[in-house]
Amino acid sequence: MVIEPDGLFYTKVKPKDVSEIIEKTLEKDEIIDRLLYTDPVSCEKEKNYNKIPFYSRQKRIALRNLGKIRPNKIDDYIAGGGYQALARVLTEMSPEEVIKVISKSGLRGRGGGGFQAGRKWQTCRNIESDVHYVICNGDEGDPGAFMDRAIMEGDPHSVLEGIMIAAYAIGAREGYIYVREEYPLAIIHLQKAIDNCEDVGMLGDSILGTEFSFRIRIARGAGAFVCGESSALMKSVAGEVGEPRAKYIRSVVKGFYDKPTVLNNVETFANVPAIISNGADWFKKIGTSKSTGTKAFSLVGKVRNTGLIEVPMGITLREIIYDIGGGILDDRPFKAVQTGGPSGGCLPESKLDLPVDFDTLTEAGSMMGSGGMIVMDDKTCMVDVAKYFLSFLVKESCGKCVPCREGLYQLHALAVKISEGRATEGDLDKMEKLSEVIVRGSLCGLGKSGPNPFLSTVRYFRDEYLAHIRDKRCPAGVCRELIHYEINDKCTGCMACITACAYDAISGKKNELHVIYQDKCTKCGACVAVCNYEAIDVT
Amino acid sequence: MVNLTINGRVVRAEEGEMLLNVIKRQGINIPATCHHDAVEPYGACRLCTVEITKETWQGWKNYVTSCLYPVEEGLIVNTHSPEVVELRKTILDLLLARSPNARLIQEMAAEYGITHTSFEEIADGDDCILCGLCTRVCDALGFCAISSVNRGHGREIAPPLWEAPPDCVGCLACAQVCPTDFIEYTDKGTERTIWGKKFELLVCEQTGRPTITHEFAKYLSRNRDIPEEYFKLNDVSHRKELALTMGKITHWGREE
Repeated sequence: MVIEPDGLFYTKVKPKDVSEIIEKTLEKDEIIDRLLYTDPVSCEKEKNYNKIPFYSRQKRIALRNLGKIRPNKIDDYIAGGGYQALARVLTEMSPEEVIKVISKSGLRGRGGGGFQAGRKWQTCRNIESDVHYVICNGDEGDPGAFMDRAIMEGDPHSVLEGIMIAAYAIGAREGYIYVREEYPLAIIHLQKAIDNCEDVGMLGDSILGTEFSFRIRIARGAGAFVCGESSALMKSVAGEVGEPRAKYIRSVVKGFYDKPTVLNNVETFANVPAIISNGADWFKKIGTSKSTGTKAFSLVGKVRNTGLIEVPMGITLREIIYDIGGGILDDRPFKAVQTGGPSGGCLPESKLDLPVDFDTLTEAGSMMGSGGMIVMDDKTCMVDVAKYFLSFLVKESCGKCVPCREGLYQLHALAVKISEGRATEGDLDKMEKLSEVIVRGSLCGLGKSGPNPFLSTVRYFRDEYLAHIRDKRCPAGVCRELIHYEINDKCTGCMACITACAYDAISGKKNELHVIYQDKCTKCGACVAVCNYEAIDVT
Repeated sequence: MVNLTINGRVVRAEEGEMLLNVIKRQGINIPATCHHDAVEPYGACRLCTVEITKETWQGWKNYVTSCLYPVEEGLIVNTHSPEVVELRKTILDLLLARSPNARLIQEMAAEYGITHTSFEEIADGDDCILCGLCTRVCDALGFCAISSVNRGHGREIAPPLWEAPPDCVGCLACAQVCPTDFIEYTDKGTERTIWGKKFELLVCEQTGRPTITHEFAKYLSRNRDIPEEYFKLNDVSHRKELALTMGKITHWGREE
């Protein structure tokens, strides 16, 4: 809980604390000590949220209103300066001027590709057509990512305003927001925002008394990962099966219903009003020269502080993980960070000082993606990670083209073979060759980036693959077929593991060393979870 | 007209033409399973992938499916570069793992020196290579009776809800276009069965042989403005009638 304007920060506030906060803090300016944030390292209490590293290292543009306004009240948004940018655009600026500002700001698409938004808009505007469309991509399908969801749920008007500005710039009169069905609250809040806008004349005919008319509709996706791909998304909005088509003619030229279409994602649109209000130069100063502005990430995995963050581009991975994230849980060693969603890649410790921007991450074999960031510690097996993401992609491939459908399936099968200790070194070569074909031959971005989980892990953690293949050993102790559980002499004979084991695989008497029967053990890990004495080794 | 180079030879092509057509016209043989002149190009099998570059591209190359790529001035195409051959080999290898008994795939793979798949054969594989020709032909005819269902590796071709498709008229276009003869149908006397749906066939008044289904005839007479009497005869009898009429006309012409 943050009390403005001082930024007083209370944590773990319960309903019963509210009356006390009103009585003491609001009325008498007293500070309630027990609710203050305690720094886990220095153990000092901190009053202001801006001084806490988790917040102080962040810079919020796309997430500027999150938690500060009531999402379903248009008045709150307007009170905070909302729709000022739209009013300025409609009354003072020509479409060309809008595009100029966006181009100058260097805003790049936040959905993953990182294409210059201004250039996209300009191309679309230049194409002669009776109809232009603008579509917002809210199909955030990456496991562990929730940036767009937070924006759509917490600040739907900023997305709408961004879409309207884009529509004015390219000359569109109709727009769609594609939201996945798994985000019911986002759909409710967006619909409410659209209804409110229509009521007050911010949407519909002659908006704000100008000649600009625009309507927007929500299209709900049925939760296919591939529908985040632009051509598949447009098919899905049109009511067809969401399958990509070859894009030798780009969707900016021939997109939704074969008409010129601008497709940007939620975060990109949320940035637009801020850029118009504060100017291109303000935005350009944030971030790096080629990747301007900020980027939202969902920081998850084995870090102390997980959650939604927004940081200036160019910040290093180390700063994100150690300063904002507060380091690895239980002070275990860092092993890898996975960025860019399932088709992104894993970066090792040696890459931690890389600046986070579109081009550097791609060069390092991962990608920015839409902004998932999963931190892994030494208990994570990289073969297992690759196997997991490949299995996700096998399930989510649309199945239209052969390299992606059959190729990823076989790649996953080979990864399973390695994790089970049945593979040879020839299989590893085969996987690399197959990956090359999938990358080169697939129809859409899903297939083209599909082998990334394997390629990036084998690039940085080849030894771990070889340990599985040559020594039939899983160094991180994860791959079931290659590990076994043993009780060491730290065992106090408390019998907790015996109770926990569902397979009667542990025997022993009270206060005596227990023994695991390897033939009965299913390696489920239930015993490790209950042991308080670190008495069970996984090797 | 557009000038481009294919395997070192300068070729002229119509503007808007797809690369695959031009390549085929040169007598160059490249495999393609999902391509058919009757339907729009689809780009699913990826076997017709070729390497393209331009002098202005500074050595940069791209790999595109020729069935979908419109010709461009100055394009330099290589249909059998080592990378392309490797790609085709791998795709055929993958298809062979899925459909080891499909003759078309066996033959295509053999041309690229593959007789057995190097991957693990898929347990529930069948002869369907998911080229999508059947559904696209069905859509083009206007029936949309079958479609592809499920995603990824579980993709298959099926009628809605795996029940006898209500929109199917039993025209057999899907079975005839299927490159691996996977779509089964039976014609017994005047009864036809396809996709689990039974049809009664019309019988030719002259030869007494079964022709097309009642549903297909009704559809054609309604949507293509063909009189219903037309379907009382089969094609052979129609030709005979036509020949007789033509004969009469010539005869009549001579008498004049």
